[in-house]
Amino acid sequence: MSLALTAVLPRPRHLRALRRRPLLPLGVIVLLLVLGWALWPQLFTHFDPLLGMPANALQSPSLVHWFGTDHLGRDLYSRTVYGAGLSLRATLLAVLIALVSGILLGVLAGFFGGWVDAVLMRLVEVLMAIPALLLAMAVITVLGFGTLNIALAVGLSSVATFARLVRGEVLRWRASTFVEAASACGVGPWTIIARHILPHASAPVLALAALEFGSAVLSVSALSFLGFGAPPPQPEWGLLVAEGRNFMIAAWWYTSLPGLVVAAVVVSANQLARALQQDQGGTR
Amino acid sequence: MRGTALYLLGRGGQALLVLWAAFSLSFVVLYALPSDPVSIMLNQSGEQSTVNQQQVAALRAQYHLDEPLAVQYGIALWHAVQLDFGNSIQSGQPVSASLAEALPKTAALALVSLAVALVLGVSLALVASLTRRRWLRDLLLGLPAVAVSLPTFWVGLLLLQWFSFGWHWFPAMGNQGFASLVLPTLTLAIPTSAVIAQVLARSLAATARLPFVDALRAKGLSPLRVLLTHVLHNAVIPILSLSGVIVGSLLAGSVVTETVFSREGVGRLAQGAVSTQDIPVVQGVVVLAALIFIAVNLLVDLLYPLLDPRIRGAAR
Repeated sequence: MSLALTAVLPRPRHLRALRRRPLLPLGVIVLLLVLGWALWPQLFTHFDPLLGMPANALQSPSLVHWFGTDHLGRDLYSRTVYGAGLSLRATLLAVLIALVSGILLGVLAGFFGGWVDAVLMRLVEVLMAIPALLLAMAVITVLGFGTLNIALAVGLSSVATFARLVRGEVLRWRASTFVEAASACGVGPWTIIARHILPHASAPVLALAALEFGSAVLSVSALSFLGFGAPPPQPEWGLLVAEGRNFMIAAWWYTSLPGLVVAAVVVSANQLARALQQDQGGTR
Repeated sequence: MRGTALYLLGRGGQALLVLWAAFSLSFVVLYALPSDPVSIMLNQSGEQSTVNQQQVAALRAQYHLDEPLAVQYGIALWHAVQLDFGNSIQSGQPVSASLAEALPKTAALALVSLAVALVLGVSLALVASLTRRRWLRDLLLGLPAVAVSLPTFWVGLLLLQWFSFGWHWFPAMGNQGFASLVLPTLTLAIPTSAVIAQVLARSLAATARLPFVDALRAKGLSPLRVLLTHVLHNAVIPILSLSGVIVGSLLAGSVVTETVFSREGVGRLAQGAVSTQDIPVVQGVVVLAALIFIAVNLLVDLLYPLLDPRIRGAAR
């Protein structure tokens, strides 16, 4: 996250990018705000996300209850704020799993080539043939429900994208003169990968990670919406929206506002990802 | 001619190989991971208290789980080749029968959505590339980026809230008639049309820079005519190569859409199967999805040479 942020802080070249994307600062603010919700939820709301006051059930949004209240009289804004911790943790874990195993597979395939490459790339091809959501659902069938299992499932189902990108980058830099020089000096393969190849691959991989973050938020919340996440009293974002389904006629805010937060986070993350991608496209 | 036959044969064999690998992958995930399918099955049917060793053994034998893994795999593969994915643990019905019953409903939804998405996406891209006003173009091309970022379940619920509960235009659930198809179609078409619009707009812009466009303009053709009859024709290839991904995402989107609108279909079947940990049904859906993806990609690969003369030479 911090790496991503230093990349968008104003430098002369970025001022131009800022003019092209006037809404980018807004997106960064949204992401920072939600990150704050996840880290220190008690700073942003003084309501208990789990404590219901039946007298306050299904109140529309007001100055006291910004997002209104749910059918048990719980404050929906505070549930959304506390839900950020659960949902973002699952998302980050999913991206990390995809990133680490994707880098590992991509490096193995790209650097060592031969049959390792052939086998791994066939595997990637097969993984891409199954829609990520269905693959994640298959993993959840075996692992069982829960936030952690959702994270694992989403992470595993997006390994292929990272593996393919990293393999391409490794192949590209492996042929370069400085790698040849290092190898001629007797530097071992793992040192070459760590010191000479991966640093060059980091920019596109980071941009993909930012893009993947957005789609992981979507997958995690969709799986949680389908009922595969944490059990009901937990305020997971997808679950919040799912709970509101039974009260759509009486309470428009119940599904709309938590869903709006999910949408805002994904829009912001994708905007940041595209800015990063364009940025490194310009430096080449 | 012989070259073409060899190409077709090779491409078909490759597709079969990927399908086999997808089946194997689903087997590894669902049966070979360190989990006990029998305890999962017993767990979900709520019989845990009355379970005795004989029942466990009988179930293990029924699903061949008492055999070594390789033998299990062999049996499963042999049955899968005959389109037999076993029986649902929940309902006892053959998985292939449930899939065959659900598939037409999802196919109808997905095909109508695809048509709507094509119309929306293509017209958005065309209008955006025709307009001279920069702000309008930026706005139009910004729409798809937002549309792909919206959670499908949220879009569906919003449509439901406005058009069904608010204005009573369309029924809120079910599979009956055309009216029940409208909102699910929109829900599914919005993200798909966004992808189509993004790819097509980029491809149109790239094609419009080619020299033949300048030549046509110099001959006096209007920009609209050049765009519609020459540029568009050359720019659709990238969309065609995305067909597999698009169909896959329609299928994945149907899981959420059918759940939101309480429709029957493959997506709902998958959602229910995962909820009850009905392993054979989940495997059936996963293999079906892979089969559809692979078939669409094969079809597109075979269509390429017919549509694009530049590829025709390379294929032989």
